[in-house]
Amino acid sequence: MANHTIAAPLYVPYLDKKGILSWLLSTDHKRIGIMYLISISTFFLIAGISALLMRLELIAPGKTIVDAHQYNVLFTFHGTVMVFFFIVPGLAASFGNFLIPLMIGAPDVAFPKLNLGSYWLYLLATILLLIALLKPADTGWTFYTPYSIKSGTDVILLTTGIFVMGFSSILTGLNFIVTIHKLRAPGMTWHRLNLFVWASYATAILQLLATPVVGITLLLLIMERVFGIGFFDPSKGGDPILFQNFFWFYSHPAVYIMIIPAFGVISEILPVFARKPIFGYKAMAYSLLAIALISFLVWAHHMFVSGISEVAATIFSFLTFLVAIPTAIKVFNWTATLYKGSIQLHSAMLYALSLVFLFTIGGLTGVFLGALAVDVHLHDTYFVVAHMHYVMIGGTVMGFFGGLHFWFPKMFGKMLNEKVAKVAWAFVFIGFNVTFFPQFILGTLGMPRRYADYPPQFHSLHELSTIGSWILGIGIFIMTVNLLRGLTNGEKAPDNPYNSVSLEWQVPSPPPHENFEKIPVVTDFPYVYGKKNSQED
Amino acid sequence: MGEIVIEDTHSHAHHIDPKVEYSMSKFGMWLFLGTEILLFGGLFAAYAIYRAKYATMFHEQHKELDVTLGAINTVILIFSSLTMAVGVTAIQKGKRNLLTLMLLITIICGIAFGVNKYFEYGHKFEHHISPSTSIFFALYFMMTGLHMIHVFAGIAILTVLLVLNLKGKFSAKYNTPIEVGGLYWHLVDLIWIYLFPLLYLIS
Repeated sequence: MANHTIAAPLYVPYLDKKGILSWLLSTDHKRIGIMYLISISTFFLIAGISALLMRLELIAPGKTIVDAHQYNVLFTFHGTVMVFFFIVPGLAASFGNFLIPLMIGAPDVAFPKLNLGSYWLYLLATILLLIALLKPADTGWTFYTPYSIKSGTDVILLTTGIFVMGFSSILTGLNFIVTIHKLRAPGMTWHRLNLFVWASYATAILQLLATPVVGITLLLLIMERVFGIGFFDPSKGGDPILFQNFFWFYSHPAVYIMIIPAFGVISEILPVFARKPIFGYKAMAYSLLAIALISFLVWAHHMFVSGISEVAATIFSFLTFLVAIPTAIKVFNWTATLYKGSIQLHSAMLYALSLVFLFTIGGLTGVFLGALAVDVHLHDTYFVVAHMHYVMIGGTVMGFFGGLHFWFPKMFGKMLNEKVAKVAWAFVFIGFNVTFFPQFILGTLGMPRRYADYPPQFHSLHELSTIGSWILGIGIFIMTVNLLRGLTNGEKAPDNPYNSVSLEWQVPSPPPHENFEKIPVVTDFPYVYGKKNSQED
Repeated sequence: MGEIVIEDTHSHAHHIDPKVEYSMSKFGMWLFLGTEILLFGGLFAAYAIYRAKYATMFHEQHKELDVTLGAINTVILIFSSLTMAVGVTAIQKGKRNLLTLMLLITIICGIAFGVNKYFEYGHKFEHHISPSTSIFFALYFMMTGLHMIHVFAGIAILTVLLVLNLKGKFSAKYNTPIEVGGLYWHLVDLIWIYLFPLLYLIS
């Protein structure tokens, strides 16, 4: 920053200090972002392997490699690690930490030490959770009562871990909200913010409002196991449905905590590689807030067959349809951004386009499931599994991969091998669809989820799905190797390889510790492509 | 968590304008208080549901609670809020010693509240009343127990502030942590002001 007395300040990249402690004790938002990135990627790969094992078990009817109990352990591991270690902290904590200060023109987040504290809490939580999961645990990631009260596994440790994880999530959200409100550079008005910043803001609001409720729910579950308080136990006058209400009051908004940052990521990628301003900027920003708001009003659509009243179910069904409006605005505007653009199929762009395509399938099947009558048929079948993975992999993970390829040069100062990246993308895209599309059909045919076995008539579709999982696995393997090779052998990256006009590309790659030599004065919008003021055209 | 927030107001690593730092700390604490209210919100929701369902049970069982002790504790906490507020005003005028006194009184009030609660809980256990006795007592122990944890956290924060004040860290110019810590303490009081009538004064 401007405290240098020398005329030409020395440029020291933030990556320069070496040693594990220089990372674990760093309050630099960029380093914290990278630590989250490494952590979530590691857990993504581990939980992905457990998914491959589950698919392998399901390749044929009867026992293949694991028995029913081991299968329950595997899917609890897969679900819990993917949800709480990878996708909830996910893009918000990794890209959010790295990018928000760079995009708004700030030297760091509002509370750098608190930010590091959040990461430590995250690490602590992963340790607690891993111990609980490997002991092992078999409740699934939803911990529904009464099973979670009766289960012989260590539910207390598991829920304690998630409680700590929630604390970390709340503090990160709080930090981002304060940062975005108070540390924007001069001239950086709300309507000049990058859409990724808007997405992080909407996510942070959800983290702040929803997470405390799951915190108290898990605390009640612990008390139920320790003292037998009977809140969720009908024999003591309690109500197991109350647990589900509490749980989904958090966990439905949490679904948007998982996906909204990915919306933000591709809203950055599409304009750069279409060389066009994002279409309908304000609609894009406010639709994110609208999704966040509506997400609090739809939780009971997870409980249509749990025994809630028909009136309540009908109301929640209609409220659920409302989610389709802001999400459709986003898909429409992304498509309109591409219209007549000079499209360049960079690997990041391929992932962004995949998100638009796959999320649309995931989103529309969500409308089917939100429809009360249809849901009674499809509830707890593979249709739900397919829908959920089309949203979470087709949406969030595609956004995650896209963001990784897009910002890799900025984060590490190295370029990736584009050809290999595109090959990996092709495997990922094909493998994903071969894995999960058959599951829509399986679901409509009545294949229930969470079972280790199935009747022979489902064999061929299950087999296809398992083969797809291998293609997907190969794709992710190639991508991982390419990313690691990029780190060690990548060519030196220029400061702005894509000629982006967004603020984070105007600093050196990798950025210096304090981000900006001088806090910049912002005069324009981050997507001014094709206008006379932009750097090209 | 208050402690971490408070420490951060000290960090000048990036040379952020003290006015901005002040407004960030206050804003951050208000957001944090919002999450605290949502944490208790789950319990208040459960209270509303079960009281509507078991109105008679709530009415009968609340008679087991000691209204006098509860009322004394209410007075203690409201008084401690006053001393905290006086302390904040004192340091804004640069009166460091008055702040020390006020923080001490506030901490003592918090401890007195805890001692009272200890006897209340002990009395319940003697009569074989525990969280598993009924939904009402489950709520009673959960709500007051979670509140008690917050009282302890508040005492810890105030103690840190007291030590820092004795070291002369605060002045009329710089007193953000005192104000932010005070906000937290007021929230602890405020929650109790709701808990007392909801649990002790059911009619």
